[in-house]
Amino acid sequence: MTIVTETTPPSTGPKVRPMRINWVRAAPWLYTLGLFLGWELLVIVLDTPVTVLPAPSRVFQAVVQYWSAIWKNSLQTLFTTTLGFGLAVVGGLALGLFIGWSKTIYAGLYPLMIGFNAIPKVAVVPILVIWFGIGTIPAVITAFLISFFPIVVNVATGLATIEPETEDVLRALGARKMDIMLKVGIPRSMPYFFGSLKIAITLAFVGSVLSETVAANYGLGNMMSSAQSQFNVPLVFAGLLALAVEGIAMYALMAWIEKRMTGWAHRSTMSH
Amino acid sequence: MTSPGLAGEVSDYGGQEAPKRPDEKKKTMSHLVSIDDVDLRYGGADGTLAVSGLTMRVAKGEFAAVVGPSGCGKSTLMKLVTGLHIPQKGTVIVAGQQVTKPVSIVGMAFQNPTMLPWRTTLENILLPLEIVEKHRHRLRANKKEYVAKAEHLLELVGLKGFGSKFPWQLSGGMQQRANLCRALIHEPELLMLDEPFGALDAFTREELWCVIRDLHAAQGVTIVLVTHDLREAAFLADKIFVMSARPGRILREHQVPFERPRDLEVMYEARFTDLVHELHGEIANARVAA
Repeated sequence: MTIVTETTPPSTGPKVRPMRINWVRAAPWLYTLGLFLGWELLVIVLDTPVTVLPAPSRVFQAVVQYWSAIWKNSLQTLFTTTLGFGLAVVGGLALGLFIGWSKTIYAGLYPLMIGFNAIPKVAVVPILVIWFGIGTIPAVITAFLISFFPIVVNVATGLATIEPETEDVLRALGARKMDIMLKVGIPRSMPYFFGSLKIAITLAFVGSVLSETVAANYGLGNMMSSAQSQFNVPLVFAGLLALAVEGIAMYALMAWIEKRMTGWAHRSTMSH
Repeated sequence: MTSPGLAGEVSDYGGQEAPKRPDEKKKTMSHLVSIDDVDLRYGGADGTLAVSGLTMRVAKGEFAAVVGPSGCGKSTLMKLVTGLHIPQKGTVIVAGQQVTKPVSIVGMAFQNPTMLPWRTTLENILLPLEIVEKHRHRLRANKKEYVAKAEHLLELVGLKGFGSKFPWQLSGGMQQRANLCRALIHEPELLMLDEPFGALDAFTREELWCVIRDLHAAQGVTIVLVTHDLREAAFLADKIFVMSARPGRILREHQVPFERPRDLEVMYEARFTDLVHELHGEIANARVAA
């Protein structure tokens, strides 16, 4: 599993003149603006009907028009996602530490985990509905199931890649397995763990929206699927926009937490 | 080279008192490390035989160096002495006790300094104290005393004032110095060094040789240095063991005659060059024999 690192702007040298525009910092905003402008132009030039591809201006209009519905459903989706994600963090950390503890457990559980992760979660939702009915609970569980895997794998990887020399030095001192885990394994798996949170949170949105689309009366997924059935395409796009905003916000939060918690791992001179 | 420098036990390991019977206990007491006819095979019955018929003795307070062709099982020797590997045949006795589990009177330092990047240098040096049974329960109550000790060690290796820096803020040579401090903080009786200076430039290496030399003189610790560098071995050690190619065993044992304290200048003397030349020849032969 690769850890997606945020694209840090390459430092452009120490001498930044104040009157110059910092293009690197402005880039995300300019590119987003460019995307919307291009989209708008495309719609105008091709004259696409609003039921196929509404222009961004039309989508923003829908955002304003349906604001209370979007707001309410966004909160619901955010709630199910963060709850599922929170469970995945706790469970993933625990299972990751458990798996990383011994080679036997790792060997035994890894194929099971792969198989489990390969199951399309959309196939699991009907089972969850049978067990828990429609609504919040299947959404939380789907978000949990889908975001669980990257956390487990990353924590286990962090534990499994302790330098043998470090382990030798400590074992020669009479360190027990528990000592090595506490002093070395867990701290060194933290960058992997916090790195995986960024992947996990975006996946959690996929899970919760998926479940809401299939089986729920609330949430952005439900809102979009009912808007679609009414051919209210601008509202569908408004829902997507809301999801994108929530996703970016949560990702940024995770990236911030990662940086706060494991600053030592982000040094350019870090060689081990 | 059979030089008379440090007279006494070149090949005879008996006690000087000449007891009626060779007393097994007495024999092992005078040596901090004694390895007898040890075989170690990795990976089961038909795995590679890393060392075979390995026999060597290191006296207390002595500085021993082990040289040999690459892959001769020098690192295996480290693991045998520290109890990380238990031999299939033969005995390893450290400080009068047969090694059957990791022995905590040993400090280790490797070529790779393996400093933990999330700890400051000082906290890295204190790490062994959090592990070793004797200190771990005292650490919290006597933190000040231990920190003072760590700072003293830092000063000894020329890193005074760097304790609060993170390891990745230090150069390679400085990290290796800190690594030595970490290996010494729990006052081990035996210091095992596995090519500790291999990754350093020539001048830094010579500087650290002097650091090690002074530590050995000041702390009276027994040191076993595993190295590829023959000049390093000749400059630092009292006794040099030459190992054969795999499966490793001791081919020759040299007493190093140069008087202490040694100056770096000793390396430009003819007798030093002769010793290094001889060692070089033996290892070249061992490589051919393999």
